[in-house]
Amino acid sequence: MASFKPTKVQFLPKLGEKVTEETLYWKNYKSPVQIKEFGAITKIDFSPLPPHNYAVTASTRIHIYGPHSQEPIRSFTRFRDTAYGGRFRGDGKLLVAGSEEGLIRLFDISGRVALRQFKGHSKAVHMTSFLSDGFRVVSGSDDLSCRVWDVPSAVELSSLTQHTDYIRALAPSKLNPDLFVTGSYDHTVKVFDMRSGSSVMTMQHGHPVECVLLYPSEVLLVSTGGRYVKVWDLLKGGQELVSLKNHHKTVTCACVSSVGNKLLTGSLDRHVKVYNSSYKVAHNFDCDASILSMAIAPDDEALAVGMTNGVLSVRHRRHQKDKETLTSRRRRGPSYQVFVKGKNFAPRQDDFLVSKPVKQYLRKYDKQLKSFEVSKALDTALQTWTRTSKPDVTVAVIIELNRRGTLKNALAGRNEEILLFKGFLHVKCVCVCVDLYQQVFHESPVVERLLQRLMEVLGREAELQQELLQVLGILDTLFTSLTPRKEVAALAAPPVAFVMLIDGVMKAKKIII
Amino acid sequence: MVEQSEVRVVRCGGSKINLRPPIISTDSRFVLCASGDSVKVYSTRTEEWLHSLQGHTNQVTGITLNPANHLQVYSCSADGTVKLWDFIDGILIKTFIIGYPLFAIYVSEKHDGIVFLHIAMDTDSKNECFQLVAVHLPKSAEQEVEAKELSAVSSRISPNPSCTAFGREGQYIAFARHLQLNVYFFRKQKTYSFSLKATDKKGAKNAFTCIACHPADDCIATGHEDGKIRLWRNFIHTKEYTYSTQHWHHNAVNTVCFTPEGTNLLSGGIESVLVQWQYGAGNRKEFLPRLGGSILHVSTSSDGQLFCTSHSDNKITVIESSFKVCGVIQGLVKGDAVLTDLMIDPRSKALVLNGKPGHLQFYSLLRDKHLYNLDIVQQEYIYEAGLDQFEVVKAAFDIKGYWLATVEERGQKSSDLEFSLKLWAYDERTQSFVLNTTITAAHTDRIMSMCFSSSEETTMLVTTAEDGQFKAWCQGADADTQQDQNFWSCDFVGSYHNLKPTNCSFSADSSLLAVSFQEVITIWSPDTWELLTTLCQPPGVVRDLCFGQLSCSKYLIATTTRNLLCCWNLLTCALEWSTSVEVSKLQPDPLSENVAAFSYQSKHTDLFVFKPNEPRPLFTHKNVCSEKMHRAVFVPREEPLNNCDESSQWLNRSQLYFLTQNMDLLTFSTATEEDRMLSSSKRLVIDDSVAVTPFYLLLGKHRQQQQKLNTPSHPAADKPQQPQGSLTCLLLSFPSLFFPPEMEMESSEQEMNSEKEEEHSEEEMEACDSQQELRAQGSVDEVTPKLSKAQERELKRVRKTDFSWMAGLIDSKP
Repeated sequence: MASFKPTKVQFLPKLGEKVTEETLYWKNYKSPVQIKEFGAITKIDFSPLPPHNYAVTASTRIHIYGPHSQEPIRSFTRFRDTAYGGRFRGDGKLLVAGSEEGLIRLFDISGRVALRQFKGHSKAVHMTSFLSDGFRVVSGSDDLSCRVWDVPSAVELSSLTQHTDYIRALAPSKLNPDLFVTGSYDHTVKVFDMRSGSSVMTMQHGHPVECVLLYPSEVLLVSTGGRYVKVWDLLKGGQELVSLKNHHKTVTCACVSSVGNKLLTGSLDRHVKVYNSSYKVAHNFDCDASILSMAIAPDDEALAVGMTNGVLSVRHRRHQKDKETLTSRRRRGPSYQVFVKGKNFAPRQDDFLVSKPVKQYLRKYDKQLKSFEVSKALDTALQTWTRTSKPDVTVAVIIELNRRGTLKNALAGRNEEILLFKGFLHVKCVCVCVDLYQQVFHESPVVERLLQRLMEVLGREAELQQELLQVLGILDTLFTSLTPRKEVAALAAPPVAFVMLIDGVMKAKKIII
Repeated sequence: MVEQSEVRVVRCGGSKINLRPPIISTDSRFVLCASGDSVKVYSTRTEEWLHSLQGHTNQVTGITLNPANHLQVYSCSADGTVKLWDFIDGILIKTFIIGYPLFAIYVSEKHDGIVFLHIAMDTDSKNECFQLVAVHLPKSAEQEVEAKELSAVSSRISPNPSCTAFGREGQYIAFARHLQLNVYFFRKQKTYSFSLKATDKKGAKNAFTCIACHPADDCIATGHEDGKIRLWRNFIHTKEYTYSTQHWHHNAVNTVCFTPEGTNLLSGGIESVLVQWQYGAGNRKEFLPRLGGSILHVSTSSDGQLFCTSHSDNKITVIESSFKVCGVIQGLVKGDAVLTDLMIDPRSKALVLNGKPGHLQFYSLLRDKHLYNLDIVQQEYIYEAGLDQFEVVKAAFDIKGYWLATVEERGQKSSDLEFSLKLWAYDERTQSFVLNTTITAAHTDRIMSMCFSSSEETTMLVTTAEDGQFKAWCQGADADTQQDQNFWSCDFVGSYHNLKPTNCSFSADSSLLAVSFQEVITIWSPDTWELLTTLCQPPGVVRDLCFGQLSCSKYLIATTTRNLLCCWNLLTCALEWSTSVEVSKLQPDPLSENVAAFSYQSKHTDLFVFKPNEPRPLFTHKNVCSEKMHRAVFVPREEPLNNCDESSQWLNRSQLYFLTQNMDLLTFSTATEEDRMLSSSKRLVIDDSVAVTPFYLLLGKHRQQQQKLNTPSHPAADKPQQPQGSLTCLLLSFPSLFFPPEMEMESSEQEMNSEKEEEHSEEEMEACDSQQELRAQGSVDEVTPKLSKAQERELKRVRKTDFSWMAGLIDSKP
């Protein structure tokens, strides 16, 4: 006796989606933890020291969170106006932050009150950072100047005014304590050398620069601004290596992962994109609001994203260990233990093993199909959750009903809601629907609108088909003229890619419409 | 002509086992079923075919256990004989010649020595009118007896044998025809008939389809075309009869059957669900769904422990009384038509063709055994008349048997055709094919033909479709999806002047691909996909296309619809020869240069075997069969024959099998081969008289040895287990019909040997007792003094059986 064969859900491969190790790596993050802050989060910085706490700058305060805590373990609230750009020193013990009023404050991680205050900027300081020797602080301000401060004496060492607009991006070199890179709204990125006291390199980004970033090797420099992400090669004198345009709104932040040095960019279009080493998008994280800041923990343990609505979303890496503990905990449940007595029993060599029949678990719609409850099965398949998140299941059930010749019965006696399903566009189904509800169509404006839309979609599809055929015709003539043979024997075949494209379109048309 | 007669057409294996209800032996060890012109005996436990009872010369149309001896079986056949067999040893005991084609057989315990047979009314045999006759089987010791004592019980009965059934203790016989139920009472010699209206209020069809009688109660269960089951009672009176209706089946009930105690009623129909109704408990029922094809017959063993259902897909299912399937006996599945060609799996050398709906079956021709079904469609099969089902329409193996390509199709009747191309890879671990790639829209229209390339290095599949294109499919990376390497994707699309391609074929070394576009044959190079040349021989569309093999690989042979068989030489690109012959099927032999062509002319099919390099046929066989022939295949032999005969030489490397339109699988065989087969089958009969089980190997031999020891002085007898002792001579005088069952004899023997002196007196006493009893009976019965010889013998038998039974009691007492 054969068992019931469940409905086969047709799995269509998504074109363009490539499953590589990289995407698997980036998919391996848990669902994000959301922490609400008081205002837009402008800067996130991870401490370089092992617990890898991170400082979140939002509104008038800087919070420091532990790697897994939802509550701040420390907060610096002594700002009179909006705080900007809170960053750790290389040893993770000091924190520097700018502010709207132009004051730069230096905090001890364990203290509460500012250890030093650097006064001198006349406008808001959006970017501050320690230089890699740890004794100097560099800041970029809206007063077009870039200043370097001495930490022990709290005096200004130098002031560089080479930009012609607000300085909103700053990155110190980690290898050389005298180098840092700034990006400004005047569309330029400049590399400064403290030893010469002026910029040594200038690159034209072409858009207001929102963020600059140095790769760990400090050969490559990334600048973001507008919709573009540009990578510059510093060893070749600032030659543009690549220009990426994968976001459709301003790219506000960028960071480099510590495993494999992959570039991540966040944008106001609410996406974080991960690029592989050939600068193709390997993965994409979706967020709820426009992204202002982003940071990734050492070893990629966590990815923190700050958004305009003040929500900090932290994704932690999923570990093999976590999974194991989860399953083992589940396995230790009492009921299971009761039922599987002697599960540790090892059969001896001449024992005859009698295997238990494996119970077949069926989905709800399959159970209903098994008992020939076609209408109920369609109900199940049309549940809101199924039809929004798994439209292929709904389509599969409809196809199955059609195969059983009971689609008409299942569709009868329904209200207009059924037609609101977007994937509900299987040819046969629409035909049956039209057959069934022809008389009452005009009574519902919703359905009429839907039909209108369907007609538009079909029209567009037909146009597209026509265009494709035209292209095919052009190609055909090209190919025939290219063939050296004299006799015109056959229509030369178009390249496979095009045929596949046409096929794909045909298939899509058949399945979706 | 002498040489030609040596090769003849032979029907080979795979005959229907579901024509008549199977029967289970009393000890539940064997299942017997009518299969072609023989009765096959299967083991219920191992599902193995043990042996077959061969002797009929035409289709066996009915089998039934001998009610007088449960180790014997009656079979009737369309050749007009009833034969009595010992089915355990496979020995023909007796043949009764009736003289008319027989269609069914019934027996009843009450009617000893009488069998009831269906024969066609000789007045108008075309009208499918049948009559039921009772035949008194004469008791003579001869092997062949003519039974001429026919007495008609009823005329104008239904041709369906399941529409006739014996009632309680053989008192009456019920038969139904169309809308009428007739009950014939033997004692009153009267027929009562009850009829139903053609349709009831709801418009259901009321015609009878099957009938069963309760074994202990006066109740008849009838199945109807609309799926209802009616239970008739009180039919002793013509007027006051009653019936109750039960309805579960949604289509015609094919069979109803009471269990031997009458506690349950089993029914089955097209839905392939076995339903068990509790007798007298209203609507309480149990189901056993998804048994396979539609249920045609149900039978039960005499102890009610086993049920047997036979299905339309040539299958017998053995079911325990707890409603669990415990065995499946599968024959060659024959659907309505073979849509795929006959194919040979290069790995297992099994014949592959359409099996169950949506499946491909693998059938071993050597062992005449169904190997397995491969589920192609992988969807729940709904048994419903008129439903458009997915069917496997095309299938092809690559040369190593590593890949299998299938096309399934649905909606041939309606306008919207659904089809998909599937590619299956052979999995060494599971020893079966595993789905690798599914291509849902391989073409925009129906796929006409497909073939794999014949080279061993690269595997390529070419499909031609009605949309005017042919496509080449290769295994490899798809640029768009970029998945694993071993999926299949399209490599090339070709077309020719918007003509519809029909056939495709690769040359023996895969360096050329021939695709026929209606009248034109195009030759392509699969490496560069360049059109090399075109060949054309109008008029007539190309119907079949194949390349020559081995040394003739430079030839391309094609047949056209306008009765033309053409052969081109591809080196000169010119027509080598052509001949005017209507060829319905062209089949090249992969192991030799030979090509077989079946031609259909003036209502019979002829076979020509030729080599492409010479236009004269190598071998001709006129009048192979009377139907048109579309499917044929060359099956490579296990070991090549070494016939030197010119006419049978072409059969040396491989054997030609073909399938006629009414699904008979036939083959050509030579005389020497048949001799060999015959000798081997004889050897089989001697060896495998008992089921070869491990127990048999241990115990059977032991028993044989014992027997030898026990009977050193007795001469060899024709019966395998010769009774000995004082009863032997008495028993030997009996006709074999009255042989007591094996077990009883053994017990009496033992008793004979063991009880020597002590019980001798008791024994005699018992004997006296029984004789007294008999005498007492006799005094009641007036006729006793003039007992006929047969009756006397019967009495003796009764005495003997009683005797052993008593002896058993005595044994147990102390």
